[in-house]
Amino acid sequence: MAQPSQDVFAPWEDATEKPLIRFKNVTKRFGDFTAIDDLTLDIYAKEFFALLGPSGCGKTTLMRMLGGFEKPTTGAIELDGRDIVGVPPNKLAVNMMFQSYALFPHLSVYDNIAFGLKRGTMDKADIPGRVDEMLRLTRLQQFAKRKPHQISGGQRQRVALARSLAKAPKLLLLDEPLGALDKKLRQDTQFELMDIQEKTGTTFVIVTHDQEEAMTVASRVAVMDAGVIVQVATPDAIYETPNSTYVADFIGDVNLIEGYAAIKGNRAEITWAEGQPVITAKTDLKAGTKCTFAIRPEKVAITAEEPPENRANRVQGKVLDIAYLGNISTYHVELPDGKVIKAQTANDRRIARRSFTWEDPVWLSWTDTAGVVLTK
Amino acid sequence: MRRAFLILVPYIWLLVLFLAPFLIVLRISLSDPALAIPPYVPQLDAAEGVWPGIVNLVSQFDLENYAFLTGDDLYWKAYLSSLQIAVVSTFLTLLVGFPIAYGMARAPVEWRATLMMLVILPFWTSFLIRVYAWIGILGTEGYLNQLLLSVGVIDAPLAILNTNIAVYIGIVYTYLPFMVLPIYAALEKMDDSLLEAAEDLGCTRTSAFWLVTVPLSKTGIIAGCFLVFIPALGEFVIPSLLGGSDTLMIGKVLWEEFFSNRDWPVASTVAVILLLILIIPIILFQRNEQKQREMDG
Repeated sequence: MAQPSQDVFAPWEDATEKPLIRFKNVTKRFGDFTAIDDLTLDIYAKEFFALLGPSGCGKTTLMRMLGGFEKPTTGAIELDGRDIVGVPPNKLAVNMMFQSYALFPHLSVYDNIAFGLKRGTMDKADIPGRVDEMLRLTRLQQFAKRKPHQISGGQRQRVALARSLAKAPKLLLLDEPLGALDKKLRQDTQFELMDIQEKTGTTFVIVTHDQEEAMTVASRVAVMDAGVIVQVATPDAIYETPNSTYVADFIGDVNLIEGYAAIKGNRAEITWAEGQPVITAKTDLKAGTKCTFAIRPEKVAITAEEPPENRANRVQGKVLDIAYLGNISTYHVELPDGKVIKAQTANDRRIARRSFTWEDPVWLSWTDTAGVVLTK
Repeated sequence: MRRAFLILVPYIWLLVLFLAPFLIVLRISLSDPALAIPPYVPQLDAAEGVWPGIVNLVSQFDLENYAFLTGDDLYWKAYLSSLQIAVVSTFLTLLVGFPIAYGMARAPVEWRATLMMLVILPFWTSFLIRVYAWIGILGTEGYLNQLLLSVGVIDAPLAILNTNIAVYIGIVYTYLPFMVLPIYAALEKMDDSLLEAAEDLGCTRTSAFWLVTVPLSKTGIIAGCFLVFIPALGEFVIPSLLGGSDTLMIGKVLWEEFFSNRDWPVASTVAVILLLILIIPIILFQRNEQKQREMDG
């Protein structure tokens, strides 16, 4: 194996790298409504960048501004060092894959893919070759002559992708590209998308409200809320070290415990309920403050026996509920003061051999690095 | 049983209201004019029994009237002139109707019902009264000439009434809703993101219109054109009221044969041939509708 430090794709950590896209203090208002609020963001070439957030958070507006469909009210957007504000979509080396796919119903799959090429500067004789290449890339060769209404949803999705990639854009925008597919197909397609992104070396910006999808495909994820970016980081950093309770709560399942942190060296001792032992957690905080302790359920160990003394955090409770999901189970454990904490374990043994069930007293324990102390 | 009944109802409807009158017209077209009531011979004489009567009747039928029609150039000139007027006015209706339908389909959703209502509103008044109203507008002393004279665009009143121009105006005005509604229906279904996609792929607004909007409204345009062309071809009220003496349309000829000449057999022959001419566009229209249904899946 090669040295991982040299292999990892992380242009955002390299100060000499020039970003492909720069949003500089971009604000977009529709009447009184502020869709994007003073947003600054860099996206680098060859990234698979995900804009993630609930509906109405401004992620689609941000993408439409990149495509030339909307103009920012104030601020600048640069693509490859050039200001693109006011440049119409047909003059931008940016292509978009629409949520509805927007395939031309009167044209065959082949003609849909060739549509953009015929409008461009490509030599007429080279077009069939390029279309065939796209058909091969998306495994659509045998459907070239069909009309969009004669193929399945998954195939339509691939036609839309092929059409938007045909002109070899600098940047491809994908608006909820997998939203219309069922779960199984969606998962397969996610890997296909990553594969195609790698093969073509195109920069992808994807808009999605599905956090699993964003985590799977993206090199970096921007979590948005009400027109601002709350956190931009790699999927693992977003999951492991969210910078706020909003991000922690939006991505995956989490236990949030409010309390007061007292600082002891590089540790915080969090007082969170009367009669309960303090929670100790590693932190960079310098002074005591009100805080929220966030810990993922799978990082909370659940045992029938008392855990060893050297576990940093141990609490006792009783099983309130069990959600059995096949591969994993989530236990809702009620502590004596009424607080419910979720703990998750892999079901690596037969269910009949589980050593505790409803109403049983159990121990919960976690290390001092398992959770994060959040002040936002 | 229920299904058979459901299918039977429209067929009985067609039989009674379409086929039976047509057969009567066809039968008259094969007869000869006469000074009698009704004004044609032969008549069914059932004195020797029904069946021999019918045989006797059919044996007296001839194609004399059809031969007459091909002999007199008035008729084929009238057919050609009708065809020309129908084609030109269909095209003009398309030119006026498409932008209206386009504007309606692009209007905010809450406006569309009102706009649709405005298009249909003229149907609430009698067609005849509306055509008469145009006489008041287009006449030498009419509102249009008065307006143009008072503004100073013209020095002498324009002679529009009793010309083919007045007929075109009348047909475009009357049949406009038949053009607007199918085109609107086609455009309204169109997803706006298709136009954005076309622009994204390098189209200008204009080329996106020709490459996406027009092909997608094609079935609507075709339906609208047939819905205007078919009735316009046989139109007689508009040419009689707004047209001049030199406006030759087959509907008008038919009317005159029937009511002025009281030559029912020739009038019926004119009608039968008109129907034969119309069968082709009607079949094409049906094909278009079927294609649309298939596309909608």
